Amino acid sequence: MQDSEHIEQLDQLDQFAQLVELVAVASAEFARINDAAQLEQAKARFLGKSGALTELLKGLGKLPADQRRSQGAAINQAKDRIEAALFERRELIKRVALDAQLAAEALDVTLPGRGRGRGGLHPAIRTLARIEQLFRSIGFEVADGPEIETDWYNFTSLNTPENHPARSMHDTFYLESSPGVNAPGVLLRTHTSPVQIRYMQAHVAQYGHLEQMPEIRIIAPGRVYRVDSDATHSPMFHQVEGLMVGENVSFADLKGVAADFLRRFFESDDLKTRFRPSFFPFTEPSAEIDVAFMSGPMEGRWLEIGGCGMVHPNVLANGGIDPERYTGFAFGMGPDRLTMLRYGIDDLRLFYDGDLRFLSQFK
Amino acid sequence: MQFSEHWLRSLVNPPLDSGELAHLLTMAGLEVEEMRAAAPDFSRVVVARVLSTEKHPDADKLKLCRVDAGQASVDGPLQIVCGAPNVAPGMLVPCALVGAELPGMSIKKAKVRGVESFGMLCSARELGLSEDHGGLLALSADALVGQDIREHLLLDDTLLTLKLTPNRADCLSLTGIAREVSALTGAPLCLPEIKPVPAAHDQKRSIVLDASAACPRYCGRIVSGVDARAPSPEWIKRRLERSGIRSISALVDVTNYVMLELGQPLHAFDNAKLVGAIHVRYPNPGERLTLLSGAVVTPSADTALIADECAQPGGRALALAGIMGGEESGITEDTRELFLESAFFSPVAVAGKARALGFSSDASYRYERGVDFTLQRAAIERATQLILDICGGTPGPVIEAVSEADLPLRRPVRLRSARAAKVLGILLAPAQIEKLLLGLGFPLQQEGDDFIVSPPPHRFDIEIEEDLIEEIARLHGYDNIPSPVPEGQLAMRPLPEERRSAMQVRQLVAERDYQEVVNYSFVDAAWETDFCANPSPIVLSNPIASQMGVMRSSLIGSLIGSLVFNLKRRERRVRVFEIGRCFLRDEGAAPVAGYAQPLRLAALCAGPAEPEQWGESSRNVDFYDAKCDLEALFAPRLLRFEKIVHPALHPGRSANVLLDGKAVGVIGEVHPRWVQKYELAALGNAAPMVFEIELEALISQPLPRMTEVSRFPTVVRDLALVVAIDQPLQGLQDAMRAVAPAIVRGLELFDVYHGKGIAENKKSLAFRIVMQDTEKTLADSEADAVIGKLIAVAQQEFGATVRA
Repeated sequence: MQDSEHIEQLDQLDQFAQLVELVAVASAEFARINDAAQLEQAKARFLGKSGALTELLKGLGKLPADQRRSQGAAINQAKDRIEAALFERRELIKRVALDAQLAAEALDVTLPGRGRGRGGLHPAIRTLARIEQLFRSIGFEVADGPEIETDWYNFTSLNTPENHPARSMHDTFYLESSPGVNAPGVLLRTHTSPVQIRYMQAHVAQYGHLEQMPEIRIIAPGRVYRVDSDATHSPMFHQVEGLMVGENVSFADLKGVAADFLRRFFESDDLKTRFRPSFFPFTEPSAEIDVAFMSGPMEGRWLEIGGCGMVHPNVLANGGIDPERYTGFAFGMGPDRLTMLRYGIDDLRLFYDGDLRFLSQFK
Repeated sequence: MQFSEHWLRSLVNPPLDSGELAHLLTMAGLEVEEMRAAAPDFSRVVVARVLSTEKHPDADKLKLCRVDAGQASVDGPLQIVCGAPNVAPGMLVPCALVGAELPGMSIKKAKVRGVESFGMLCSARELGLSEDHGGLLALSADALVGQDIREHLLLDDTLLTLKLTPNRADCLSLTGIAREVSALTGAPLCLPEIKPVPAAHDQKRSIVLDASAACPRYCGRIVSGVDARAPSPEWIKRRLERSGIRSISALVDVTNYVMLELGQPLHAFDNAKLVGAIHVRYPNPGERLTLLSGAVVTPSADTALIADECAQPGGRALALAGIMGGEESGITEDTRELFLESAFFSPVAVAGKARALGFSSDASYRYERGVDFTLQRAAIERATQLILDICGGTPGPVIEAVSEADLPLRRPVRLRSARAAKVLGILLAPAQIEKLLLGLGFPLQQEGDDFIVSPPPHRFDIEIEEDLIEEIARLHGYDNIPSPVPEGQLAMRPLPEERRSAMQVRQLVAERDYQEVVNYSFVDAAWETDFCANPSPIVLSNPIASQMGVMRSSLIGSLIGSLVFNLKRRERRVRVFEIGRCFLRDEGAAPVAGYAQPLRLAALCAGPAEPEQWGESSRNVDFYDAKCDLEALFAPRLLRFEKIVHPALHPGRSANVLLDGKAVGVIGEVHPRWVQKYELAALGNAAPMVFEIELEALISQPLPRMTEVSRFPTVVRDLALVVAIDQPLQGLQDAMRAVAPAIVRGLELFDVYHGKGIAENKKSLAFRIVMQDTEKTLADSEADAVIGKLIAVAQQEFGATVRA
């Protein structure tokens, strides 16, 4: 419909009827438009400088004052309604456009994400981290010691003199000083227990002058070495040593700490622990710690987890500590064994051959 | 230590079943490692006598036997078809009756080649007693026809194997185990009575203890007129076999039997082969001896020998004292005259000697752990009696040489009740302690709340108060000690913020997409040569394999090993790291002189830089990828890099890593030589990248300290400089930074260009210079002045031109 036709019609109609008609026409026209730019052009035709309503407003001046007010209000009302129709249409067009854009931009959200991956810790180290965490929570610190160790620290200071039958319990790696000759006095440590002596000595050096030395509470995780190799033995494996020395540390405390640790480590109260008399030259009394699970594939079987005991007075003395005044407990556990039980691993050799297909399961 | 439950129960018989007995022993520290039945389950097998045999009418190898099976053949002999080669009339054999259940077999009335057979005559293998299938198991003449074979052969027995700790040598005998069971249960001990066997003649050898410290007591006795061919009785053979010792001959069996029964090793010499007095002495220089095992040994100077006075300088070695007898003086089937030895050799004298010679014997195993030093005479009497019973003969007098001063001491040990309670963490009244100690049979005196305990001669592990505390705990039961959560002081533990833990470092490396590995610390010597140019690595004396023969001085070889392992399994993208010690010779090293053992972190990446994924083109990792990872680990601290030559690395693509001017590691591409030799570029990969860093450098961390944030706007200028193509960035950047005033907040490279528009031997380095003042807004003129200065230094020192 042409503009001129509107005006002609308006001229012929009653002013109010004209306005109603105008609103209807504008609304109808807007509703036909699906494009933002066309909508703005249509707006100009009704509300622009020479739009239909503007023309009507211009004509107000010719009216008598009483008509002018009522007519003005009617025109403004009509303008509001046209603007409302315009707004509504504009919003609709925007919404449709946005919907179209969104539809066009849609991704396959099931495609994999991009970027670099993430590695992980070795399962035995993951276990060591958990052990460290648990023991830190009761005030234990982490200590460390050399892996090429002296005979004195590895054996003699631990109450295991030369030719002691207990030495045959450890098949020891020795170093060569020249072909066929063992380097005197050194070896690869067979256990983490030498850290006990080294730590006690350092502790005494630091606190020995005090009226009362603070308690020693440490764990010492690390690699140890024995001449042995099959599905359950590796020539190198991990051990974690624990040591607590103070004026009132008892065998009952040892049982308490070890049992609590095992329950927390396996996150199960459904676990039995037992302490079985045993022998280590460096503890007296000594015990083996066994656990038995109440469910799962290992149900009901007693499994050896480690050795422990009250630190032998000779060992305390070798560490510079008065065994009459101070007592202590020590334990040594196999984190590799704990790892195998925790994650259902059945071959120790998997730990040390670097197979990513195995290792990457423990991220 | 393996033994028969039946034998044990003949000495002490507590009201416990086999399982309970095993549990009791285990929980007392005598771990029962294995428990198995002496024979598999079977039923309705009886002792039977073969009355007659005749040939099967239709089979050459089968015989028809008429068999008396006692009650089962009350209506007349049973007819049984038998194919055993040794079946003969009069023979006593096991007979499985109709209805018998044998391991894997049921016995029914059957027709064998048309002849009815009412049972089966059995071999040892058919009863599951051994692998012997050579013929029927021939039973001894004393077997009662009709008796259940299980009763006759005492098959309802359990074999227990103890895993004894080195301190419990006293339980290396049935007597010792019985004594322990008696102490634990209170069941009475019923040991065989040992009576002295009076001498029937006065033949003897004098005994000289030249090495009395090694041998404080030696008992010897001649037994003449023995029949060395006499068979060993079934009961001795059975007990030996159930203890895992093969029956050899009656004489040897008796010495082994007494050792098992009492714990005292014995040795029998052929007396006819001995000359003069018996000496216990140390070897003469170079003295050699052929052992019973056939081995020829040259014992060390501190190994005691048994010797006689055979005419050669210094006499003749007969045996390694407490370890093994010699071949020359050993008994044979023809021996008529024995010289029996029952001695106490001190643990120190025997310890380690057999191991040093590369073997172990039942005797040395016991002596080095400690044998009751009061037992020798009783043991020789016991053995004499058994020999007389089995082999006949007449005994001479027991000659005993003893050096009292050299016998082990049994110092009384004081046990304070309060100390025991403190160490164990339980309430223990003196009366309870007394009761437990009395159970052990240790002589004791009470002094107030203390006990003065005299350790018995069979216990070598009771020297101090703690040893007694352990005995108390054991008898009280470890299970009966509570396990409370300990109480302690709530002082916080220091956790320095300026140090990270190794675990935190591991997490950071893992976040950079590296998988942790743990490799052996011992490696192939070739790796040390190739990757470390180390001609004298630390060598193991006793490696488990030659390719694990030396201690690594670098982790790089191990990571290359991990790469090779995974490439072989068609894993193309390999990113691994390890934290471990390296081992280097260093005289001044601490804490172990001669060996520096730094902890290091090394990482290796090979193959695609990113995991295989859609929408990105794949490329192999290069030097700068690894460098980025390394820099990220150190952030916010800045590293510097200097070209180096390193045996493992490409000389043009490797660098020393410097932190605060100190070398802390290396980074680079693996040398093409090793890429080729170890086939590292398999599966379409390029050369792998590695870095190795001292862990300590990664542990320390600066405490952050704030610098003022300026309110004024920054001015950013880009500057592209054209320099010689081989000009390293570092020198140029350092020189520009050196002249830059404080308002320069950043001077970073953002582009390197070489190609069209730049001369062939030149490259363009583009820097972004960020300037900012904390006091005012910078004027253009100030920024221009800074850029002018930078250009000037680049021109003067590096011949740089500004890129048009």
